[in-house]
Amino acid sequence: MLKEKDKIFTNLFGDEPFHLKNAQARGDWDNTKELIKKGREWIIDEMKKSELRGRGGAGFPTGLKWSFMPKDSKLTNYLVVNADESEPGTCKDRDMIRNEPHKLIEGCLLASFAMNAHTCYIYIRGEYFNEAVVLQKAIDEAYDAGLIGKNAAKSGWDFDIFLHRGAGAYICGEETALLESLEGKKGQPRLKPPFPANKGLYGSPTTVNNVETIAVVPTILRRGGEWFSSFGRPKNTGTKVFCISGHVNNPCNIEEEMSIPLRELVEKHAGGVTGGWDNLKAVIPGGSSVPLIPKSTCDTVLMDFDSLSAVKSGLGTAAVIVMDKSTDLVKAISKLSHFYKHESCGQCTPCREGTGWMWRMMEKIGSGHASSNDIDKLLDVTKQIEGHTICALGDAAAWPIQGLFRHFRDEIEEQLKKTKAA
Amino acid sequence: MSNQKNAFVFNKENEIKAKEILLKYPTDRRQSAIMPLLDLAQRQNENWLSRDIVEYVADYLEMPFIKAWEVVTFYSMYYTKYNGKYLVQVCGTTPCWLRGSDQVIKACKEVISPEPNTVSSDGLFSWMQVECLGACVNAPLVQINDDYYEDLTYDTTKNVLQSLIDGSPLSIGSQSGRKSSKAVS
Repeated sequence: MLKEKDKIFTNLFGDEPFHLKNAQARGDWDNTKELIKKGREWIIDEMKKSELRGRGGAGFPTGLKWSFMPKDSKLTNYLVVNADESEPGTCKDRDMIRNEPHKLIEGCLLASFAMNAHTCYIYIRGEYFNEAVVLQKAIDEAYDAGLIGKNAAKSGWDFDIFLHRGAGAYICGEETALLESLEGKKGQPRLKPPFPANKGLYGSPTTVNNVETIAVVPTILRRGGEWFSSFGRPKNTGTKVFCISGHVNNPCNIEEEMSIPLRELVEKHAGGVTGGWDNLKAVIPGGSSVPLIPKSTCDTVLMDFDSLSAVKSGLGTAAVIVMDKSTDLVKAISKLSHFYKHESCGQCTPCREGTGWMWRMMEKIGSGHASSNDIDKLLDVTKQIEGHTICALGDAAAWPIQGLFRHFRDEIEEQLKKTKAA
Repeated sequence: MSNQKNAFVFNKENEIKAKEILLKYPTDRRQSAIMPLLDLAQRQNENWLSRDIVEYVADYLEMPFIKAWEVVTFYSMYYTKYNGKYLVQVCGTTPCWLRGSDQVIKACKEVISPEPNTVSSDGLFSWMQVECLGACVNAPLVQINDDYYEDLTYDTTKNVLQSLIDGSPLSIGSQSGRKSSKAVS
């Protein structure tokens, strides 16, 4: 269990105010200038040593991503922070924004300096109105104190942060859709390459990072990359904020050590599964886009990238959705299918047409008036969508369905037979 | 669609805000301000946008109307009709559903109107089901205008709605008495 002294987000629940003076008392903005003085290479090197992997879902090594930014470009480099938190099950960035905004703002300065960016945009989902108000107040406080703006934190680096509110579109969490949206267009993903590091916002080199990725940067630089990498397992390091929702006694967000066993996470922090561990049916361990895992897997699996990928699921955003034995799993996944149908941007045919088709087929199976052939057909369609779209939304819509039938097909077919007989 | 052609202009306060918003983006990238300006316009117009208003905002940003209209119809938070003084948005995605969002919807049907997207007879509110609001460990929840009401039950949903009818809305956030997303024990 992670010790209190090793927690990065000591005010995750807002026990204290978010304001600058409170944040400074918690250690934020402590001699930021000295960190910047150590130079760009030192910062990127520490980030590489920390082995931090992006916290938005894909898990790409952050230090490496930063090193892709051109060093001598004549164009303006940008840092864009993805605060468009919309993956079902996920609500960690929300707490960081409303209760620890100064960690994020200081992280923006350090990351931007490391990537030669003088300007940062934070794209926050439109529904987080009150969170945006807090974040804007914190940005204003940082400007007033000279921590950002001209000669930010007396470092000699000029740095601006602008907050941009979205307006309700899950797809804008996809980094190139987010950039399109920031340019004032529909949020439809771009073809890659070119990658944002070469051609991003306004055609300039851009790095898009998740809120949590940026918010842990100041602490990593203060305590050292090796301190961060001492938690978890190799390539799966650090502390991580988990969101535990669904059928648990005490749903919550909690910062823990990476690679903590799933069972320990749920039982120590969320009061356990309703009705006890043996009442567990399945868990979606990393937000709606990753396949569910049955109880037998949950008994032993560790909460990290490699462990969950080994059981054909993923850590994703580390949003743990717990479902006990009372759950109608077909309905639970069908609701996710409806979500993806609603959120498809409509650009690629397999996704635009496929997400609706999959949802209708899931509803048919849920109604009981379907056959084993229908399941085969549905799984075949998921395979035709997966990998055939510009962005990963098509995959994300296909995987939960594949996961459901991978583990529960027999049970569902049994149910269909019973309905038919009745 | 009304025929009050170009009747809409930003009021003085919003004119200042619009100019401030434009400073966030490079001067040759005015279109970047479309989302915040549509939001501003919508707030000035009882939380909905008519075609004329969108034309005004498009002109303001020197962009084609159709590009602005595409933005309006692409994003779910722009409304092209009046939704009442309070718009109650119930999250029905899986994490909320697992914890009883059906009961929240039931309460909305009883108090507001049997059908979604229908303004109540007193004009006070309407409700609709939406996808994940991103507060899943405080499920189930509703968003009412800008505010989240979390950890709801059938009864507490009714209490929240009644408080709107009474003209003294309850405090926002968790309705189960806990603080933020911290586990209760």
